[in-house]
Amino acid sequence: MRDVGFGLWEGAMRRRSVLAGLGSVPVAAGLARREAWAQAARTRVVFWHAMNGVLGEETNRVCAGFNAAQAEFEVVPVFKGTYPEALTAAIAAWRAGQAPHLVQMFEVGTGSMLAAGPAVKQTWQLIEETGVKIDPAAYVGAVKGYYSLPDGRLASMPFNSSTPVLWYNKEAFEKAGLDPERAPATWPEVMEAARAVKAKGAANTASTSSWFSWVQLECYAAMHNLPFATKANGFEGLDTELLVNAPGFVKHLERVMAMSKDGLFRYAGRDNAPDPLFVSGDTAIAFMSSGTRADIAKNAKFRWAEAKLPYDPELTKAPLNSVIGGASLWTMTAPGRTPAEYKGVAAFLQHIAQPAQDAEWHQRTGYVPVTLGGYEESKRQGFYEKNPMADVPIQQLAQGQVTANSKGFRLGRMPELRNIVYEEVERALQGQQGAKAALDSVVSRGNRVLREFERANKA
Amino acid sequence: MNRRTIFPGVALPLLLVAPQLALTGVFFLWPAGEALWGSTQRQDAFGLRTVFVGFENFAYLFEDPLYLQSIGRTVVFCGAVAALAMGVALLLAVFADREVRGRGVYRTLLIWPYAIAPAVAAVLWLLVLHPQVGLLGRWLNRHGVDWDFRLRDAQAFGVVVLASAWKQVSYDFIFFLAGLQAIPRSVVEAARMDGARGWRRFRTITLPLLGPTMLFLLVVNVVYAAFETFGTIQALTQGGPGKATETLVVKVYRDGVVNLDLGSSSAQSVVLMAGVVVLTALQFRLSRRRDLE
Repeated sequence: MRDVGFGLWEGAMRRRSVLAGLGSVPVAAGLARREAWAQAARTRVVFWHAMNGVLGEETNRVCAGFNAAQAEFEVVPVFKGTYPEALTAAIAAWRAGQAPHLVQMFEVGTGSMLAAGPAVKQTWQLIEETGVKIDPAAYVGAVKGYYSLPDGRLASMPFNSSTPVLWYNKEAFEKAGLDPERAPATWPEVMEAARAVKAKGAANTASTSSWFSWVQLECYAAMHNLPFATKANGFEGLDTELLVNAPGFVKHLERVMAMSKDGLFRYAGRDNAPDPLFVSGDTAIAFMSSGTRADIAKNAKFRWAEAKLPYDPELTKAPLNSVIGGASLWTMTAPGRTPAEYKGVAAFLQHIAQPAQDAEWHQRTGYVPVTLGGYEESKRQGFYEKNPMADVPIQQLAQGQVTANSKGFRLGRMPELRNIVYEEVERALQGQQGAKAALDSVVSRGNRVLREFERANKA
Repeated sequence: MNRRTIFPGVALPLLLVAPQLALTGVFFLWPAGEALWGSTQRQDAFGLRTVFVGFENFAYLFEDPLYLQSIGRTVVFCGAVAALAMGVALLLAVFADREVRGRGVYRTLLIWPYAIAPAVAAVLWLLVLHPQVGLLGRWLNRHGVDWDFRLRDAQAFGVVVLASAWKQVSYDFIFFLAGLQAIPRSVVEAARMDGARGWRRFRTITLPLLGPTMLFLLVVNVVYAAFETFGTIQALTQGGPGKATETLVVKVYRDGVVNLDLGSSSAQSVVLMAGVVVLTALQFRLSRRRDLE
């Protein structure tokens, strides 16, 4: 998740914890120095990431675990700011011949990284060169699909993945006369619930959605098996074109617009800006990332639940998987980088791919397990009995058979495409244009961006 | 009395100006040159495939109705920020110029906002105006005003203008106050003797004599609104809703840093650079004319 708008405020708050953490640095540095004397000449692997706050601490813990488990390599995690900042930094560093060994890249940067040619060493290449054992079959389908080439080879290493789910306020449901144990499963049910909430004044706002493009268009497309773009959502070529003005999408945007007009839905900003509305109890229903669970568990002063994203029964009876968000790890190249360094990268990737590691990461951060083994391990440990509904996102990612439409997206400059969606939807929700006109605009402006990307990335 | 020091030779003077030249070279000429060069290229983010395309990036830019709209929006934004900041600053300066108790405190407080970083100022305004979190925003919604600047073009535009102007009021205030104090008392007294009342005195004596200050501030305010409000806008609205608050600098950032479209972003920077050159030339001319007066 990126920090925008409110993230700034949160960032300021988090910085405090960073400052508090600084106190322990001299001690840690002292220890590290002594260790360095003890075991000289460890091969260093520099790892740039975009995880701050609690997630940053967890990332450091994973690296420390790897460093303690073997004596040959040392992974050095470096926080590089938000996802887009990490991307920009990695590109600038590569151009200067100073790229880190590993960089954490958000899912929408995947298209850009795949076009990076000699700047990256794709995971399958790394596996081939170093002989390290990482089996693509070990990964959850929806995760693997996003980060694989069309033929199934892993391009980057799955790391932190989340998916949006429906969160609801059980107390508001009770007040509205709804069954708090039964979440709305379809869009008509969502509208019905929202109407009840509004009629009884059970919450200030009936429903809201974070990440409008990701949740209401990208995941909507995947779950209803609608193509988002031609060429298998861009997997099969740079000459892909958007298809989001198809009737299925128009119908959905019309529905959201009608809900907004009737006071059943409130658009509360871009990216994760609407999140606080749910946590504060202002809204009864919210579509947000599964990764907000830790925040909700800590700060929500009411009983809540999470459930699968709703679907439109007129479009499908059996919704497919939703698509993931989050980030993966890319191996980068630099002049003079030795095989030993790549071996270190591979060893680290193998380390985090272990089911026990994956399960621990999942349980401590709220991201979904990226491997099937990590999920099994968590089940075996009884994590879901202690944390009911924490497996909702996993089940949602696993429902149905992955199709070309639900595999994910391979579109260049996807962050910009999402911006375009925000802009056109914002204009539509203000009543400046209809749903069809808004999505037509997304398609024509988006295609222009895709053509620019194609031109820039063709030899 | 003209005290001039003449340094002998060439080496020493050169050595003395070298640091300044180096700074100009590294922080201005080099990046500006890179931007000029980049604006004629088409390249991918990693610089793997670079093609010389001449003026194609510029042609593409000026064909884009969204870019032309962005120019228009920036002009309106600059005008609104300059008018609001200068209007409020002038009003405050006129009052501060009088004999009031605690004048020193009053003046110091007015200068404070200038020292606040744009992003911090934006967060402060967010805490006041946010429809769900902000004090004033919540109050408005409770009292039946449909206040939601995240989804109302006009409100969003008003918010960024307000937040941007607020920071500039301090600067304008200092100059207006200095300008007011430079007006000879005798002129004002003479007008008073002739029976000119407050508003008339202000309109016929004070305003014309403040003219040069106003012209100077106008240029400075426009430059400020056009180039230094990025942090404020980015933190408040990120250019939205729709494109309601996307000024030219916000677009340069988005296309360059988020979108990694370096050619177009460079071309936009060059256009902006041309704008700065024109405005700076204007400012030099105005200030020179003022010196002559």
